[in-house]
Amino acid sequence: MVITELQKVASQVRRDIVRQVHACQSGHPGGSLGCADLLVGLYFDQMTLKADDAGNKVFDMDGIGEDLFFLSNGHISPVFYSVLARAGYFPAAELATFRKLNSRLQGHPTTHEHLEGIRIASGSLGQGMSVAIGAAQAKKLNKDNSLVFVLMGDGEQNEGQVWEAAMYAPHHKVDNLVAVIDYNGQQIDGPTDKVMNNRDLGAKYAAFGWNVMKMNGNDMADVVKVLAEARAFSGNGQPTMILMTTEMGAGVDFMMGSHKWHGVAPNDEQLAAALAQLPETLGDY
Amino acid sequence: MKKYTFTEKKDTRSGFGAGMQVLGQTNPNVVALCADLIGSLKLDAFIKENPERFFQTGIAEANMICIAAGLTIGGKIPFATTFANFGTGRVYDQIRQSVAYSNKNVKIACSHAGLTLGEDGATHQILEDLGMMKMLPGMTVINPCDYNQTKAATIAVAEHEGPVYLRFGRPVVPIFTAPDQEFIIGKAWMVNEGADVSIFATGHLVWEAILAGEILAEKGIDAEIINIHTIKPLDEEAVLASVRKTGCAVSAEEHQIAGGLGDSIAQVLIKKHLAPLEYVGVEDSFGESGTPAQLMEKYGLNAASIVEKALKAIARKQA
Repeated sequence: MVITELQKVASQVRRDIVRQVHACQSGHPGGSLGCADLLVGLYFDQMTLKADDAGNKVFDMDGIGEDLFFLSNGHISPVFYSVLARAGYFPAAELATFRKLNSRLQGHPTTHEHLEGIRIASGSLGQGMSVAIGAAQAKKLNKDNSLVFVLMGDGEQNEGQVWEAAMYAPHHKVDNLVAVIDYNGQQIDGPTDKVMNNRDLGAKYAAFGWNVMKMNGNDMADVVKVLAEARAFSGNGQPTMILMTTEMGAGVDFMMGSHKWHGVAPNDEQLAAALAQLPETLGDY
Repeated sequence: MKKYTFTEKKDTRSGFGAGMQVLGQTNPNVVALCADLIGSLKLDAFIKENPERFFQTGIAEANMICIAAGLTIGGKIPFATTFANFGTGRVYDQIRQSVAYSNKNVKIACSHAGLTLGEDGATHQILEDLGMMKMLPGMTVINPCDYNQTKAATIAVAEHEGPVYLRFGRPVVPIFTAPDQEFIIGKAWMVNEGADVSIFATGHLVWEAILAGEILAEKGIDAEIINIHTIKPLDEEAVLASVRKTGCAVSAEEHQIAGGLGDSIAQVLIKKHLAPLEYVGVEDSFGESGTPAQLMEKYGLNAASIVEKALKAIARKQA
């Protein structure tokens, strides 16, 4: 898909994000907005996904023969749900049920409600990269050449399990894995530098044996280019880690540049102000 | 009292290793993971015969559990293995979110459960694992009693779709169940039919229950002994049918009394058939270093203790 078309999808996804969070007055808009371009770039351009003859997405848990994506920082569920719906896994109208009673769109993604596109529960941080490694190793056993992608937060790098996985993947040559860190420099209690300094994440992953790449996560052309480069690198004996610089709240000016909108919902006025900055491109649900 | 004899003693973990070797040869989807305890888990034969289906995780149990969850996506049947303390308590949140809530077909298979781990002491002697695992929705919890039953259970859980906690141990214990037995998950095994008291035993306490039954028989007491190898789902029908007949019960397990098999039985009896129940288990205490036999005696997890509790249950019934 050409970049301008992907940008249009991302604009609609951002509308979906703020509308979901506004409707239930809870959820995490900041990181969702920051990662919208990545998820659109993956699902609408870079990932090979199963579809029927009519082009409708087909979901099965095993995902054999197609690329897989895991969201480890499950709190940015609004962007995941919007992208899955807009990609055709379930009707966009279902986004209206986000975080409400009896919904398949739980606060954090789960498989429990059998929502198409979700393969693991996430929310308790630090587990997704391990899950993605397992899925990638299953692909190798199945002689399946498709890739496994996983997204983590930079605050999530505080979790010890992340570093267990960081050690394991290069040791076992899990070279069909592309991990991405949302490097927005913010976590709940403030800037990551103040809360728990990650220092040089790139040097750390390189020292663990990863192929480290950088991406401007809010520049669609760069998102697509770096993802394609990561795919080209796969199969070379090393897992790839992309440090993706993003702006929390990207696309909505008053939500950018602070951790304030990590887990706060906009009121009616703020919703209107946000939507005014985000063209409706695919039709609101 | 039905006579049980044995000609050989083996550890239940070796039964697991033997079951894994069979699975390696019969089920190409079975894979194994281990956190730096291959020898302790008796995985050598499986690894030798199926090197590409084994994943060494190093001393990183959280990573191991979640990798196992990921391996199910693609159709694998992973057995995640380590000591029971590190495979349950240390990684409870990983099991809860990535395995149980996500309903992944992961088999958590753990050795060195309970006091019989022995000299390593309380840091390693987990006595809370059955309780933690049975509280998780959808989790099947199995604690077999000897080498043959553990081997059969290992093979059976691979056929079962859904998360399983399979718990076994380190010491050599009598082999008294049939080789190549059929293991039915959730189906209790009638060890000895009796009329005066129901003894519900699991794991290493099943052999002790048999010894207790012989002592009780000498006293003129006809004990019914039932092996509950599957803690969850509990064979409620077997529990109720027995207690309706005998009128009182004893539970016996190598676990904290709080949250263990006895508590599961108590829930059934309270809801459906009130009767005296006495518990043989660890009473709100950590373990310590010692030989397995010394520890089982000190903490009251042996035949003498079962006899004492059986007499107490019968007395309460008659009071």
